[in-house]
Amino acid sequence: MINDIWILATAALVAASCALVGVFLILRRQALMGDAISHSVLLGIVLAYLITDSRSLPVMLGGAVIIGLVTAWLSDSLHRFGKLQSDASIGIIFTLFFAIGVILVSLYAGQIDLDQECVLYGEIAFVPFDTITIGGLDNDKESGFEIGPRAFWGIGIVFSIVLISIVVGFNRLKTVAFHPNLAISLGINVVFWHYFLMTLVSITTVASFDAVGAILVVALLVIPASSAYLLASSLKSMLWLAVAYSQAAVVIGYSLSYILDSSISASIAVSAGILLFITILVLQVQKKLRQKRVITIKMVETVKTTL
Amino acid sequence: MDAFTLINPPSLWDNWLAFWSFEDMNVLWVLIGSILLGMSASVIGGFAFLRRRSLIGDALAHAALPGVMMAFLLFQTRDPLIMFLGAVTSSFIGFFLIDWLPKNTKIKADAALAITLSFFFALGLMLLSFIQGLEVSNKSGLDKILFGQAAAMTEEDIRLLAVVTIFILVTVSLFFQKFRLIAFNQTYAKTIGLAVNRYELLLALLIVMSVVVGLQLVGVVLMAAVLLTPIAAARYWSSQLSHILIIAASLGALSAIISTQISYLAPAMPTGPWMVVSLSMLFIISLIFAPKKGLLKRYLEHKALRQKVSEENILRTLYKLVERQSFQHHHFNQADILGLRSVPADCLQNTLKLLCKKSLITSDPKGFKLTEKGLEKAIQLTRRHRLWENYLNEQADLTPDQVHQQAERIEHILTDEQEAQLRLELTNSLLDPHGNPIPDASNHVSPQLKKVQEPLT
Repeated sequence: MINDIWILATAALVAASCALVGVFLILRRQALMGDAISHSVLLGIVLAYLITDSRSLPVMLGGAVIIGLVTAWLSDSLHRFGKLQSDASIGIIFTLFFAIGVILVSLYAGQIDLDQECVLYGEIAFVPFDTITIGGLDNDKESGFEIGPRAFWGIGIVFSIVLISIVVGFNRLKTVAFHPNLAISLGINVVFWHYFLMTLVSITTVASFDAVGAILVVALLVIPASSAYLLASSLKSMLWLAVAYSQAAVVIGYSLSYILDSSISASIAVSAGILLFITILVLQVQKKLRQKRVITIKMVETVKTTL
Repeated sequence: MDAFTLINPPSLWDNWLAFWSFEDMNVLWVLIGSILLGMSASVIGGFAFLRRRSLIGDALAHAALPGVMMAFLLFQTRDPLIMFLGAVTSSFIGFFLIDWLPKNTKIKADAALAITLSFFFALGLMLLSFIQGLEVSNKSGLDKILFGQAAAMTEEDIRLLAVVTIFILVTVSLFFQKFRLIAFNQTYAKTIGLAVNRYELLLALLIVMSVVVGLQLVGVVLMAAVLLTPIAAARYWSSQLSHILIIAASLGALSAIISTQISYLAPAMPTGPWMVVSLSMLFIISLIFAPKKGLLKRYLEHKALRQKVSEENILRTLYKLVERQSFQHHHFNQADILGLRSVPADCLQNTLKLLCKKSLITSDPKGFKLTEKGLEKAIQLTRRHRLWENYLNEQADLTPDQVHQQAERIEHILTDEQEAQLRLELTNSLLDPHGNPIPDASNHVSPQLKKVQEPLT
């Protein structure tokens, strides 16, 4: 029971951080960059682990941020100096990074507790078993005080970073997202904010990695934010809606996985997608009805005038 | 490769020999299959690239996953044809979703791609984990399509692969003209009455088929690179579509050979990532070293042009100095040159050295002097410069103040024919707009012009 709560809490934080960052990705039309970074973060994690031999949070975050920024920067340079379409250059870079990451994982599978499955699904079901203890001696877990799963605290810290960044930089982020040109003319450093956003994406993906794997993060980044984009009328409402959608997806997905005995993270992503499609369906039906009403009003008017 | 040799060094060479002696007939078939796949995926990816939909392969490959799982759930069989049909169906649904979302909702094209990709992939993983919880036979190996495993392919798999890839290659070569027209100029294709929608659909079907048939070999996650990277690399080698496609196909085939070998030498290795890594290496080589549009070539060309321009500028400066001295005095030092044209000192010294080496000028204690050859070159440049100034002045109605900058640039690239043409179009080809004489093609300034020159100096 306590395990279920830890899993749900971790999933909720993962979904919420992804939704918040995703809003800016959608607005800046950088959805594919989110896809790319979430793939290449794998290489960052593996390299950071192989170099430092530790899986502590700062090391993982550092590796992910560096590789995320390198991905963004390399795609941009390839686009400019290699004269390639921007989506093509993104595609070439992230597939290479991801491929190297997968090769390293399968080479050192014994040493890293990562495998190809985990890269894809994440292992949110095992999150409660990897806990942090404080106060005790290093090798004696019993004596310390257990404060909860590692993944939970990791995503908790990242969630606070994301939240604080958005609250503090709200106006800047808003201007850059909606009017990049106005932002430039106001003297805002658009390049800085671009790479800042990429940093947020990187740390969010790496903290979500344990829980949902490299690829399902994309679903959590893009789908709730897109649902919110369809309904929202301001940045603030879009952020709130995205978080609401993501939390609904967590609850529905968790129950779905319980019923079908399927992967928790995949079910959460699927529920997010289903919520998006329901939203689109409702909006389309509304549009059709509105059109019909307009047509009948017009017909009534023409009949009146002809009479 | 290095890291890999560390794991099992002794058997590597034997394995490699065994691979190439084709002791196992299956090896040969897999090799042929992967070469065919590499070729067809690169060619069809080329058209996706030209339609500016480079990442469509990524989304379609991910979208195939739930189809495979659904087909397995419904028919409880691993028959390649049924899997193929399931994958094609769900990939096609994904294709229409990517198309439909941006047209009918506020969602933008890039987001539509990411949504489709991640949703279908999640659905596929959910079904896969559901299947793994079920008590059904031969479910093992379904997850191999995530990263691809060439060694795990069966004979039927390869037969299907060969049939589909050959079908793709034949169809593309049959409709090459039409696909090319649609890729480059859709509006024109429509106006000449081509059924563009039908060909678009055919192209989409071919893309979906090549993606789906490659899943066994390359895997869902990295299929995008097999469609995209070869064409991006080939673009640096040529600018003609048929050549680009042939080069892309060869690159695809080459990477297929490399990755299939690795997959056999180390059966635990997934094939897809190795194929992507070898393709990316080929891409990087092309990006840097390609003889037509590679970075190195562009850099060298740029450097050579800069060098040529600075040499020619110095030659012309020397000529102007000679002209100012009414062809009496021929030796000038660096200060004289710097007085007429501001150049960084070290750059000037380098250029002067190079000019000496080419024996366009000579250097002695009195200073630098144009040689016969150098004078000829300098006269030619000055003539072109002044002819162009005249041309702009006469035909483009620019004032004499405006023409110098433009002529400064064009003098380096005008050809003999263009020079003759300029001369034909000009009424006055004796004096430039600033009143300086235009030197004759044969040699120095003609005698009557020298008279004009004298009061000026």
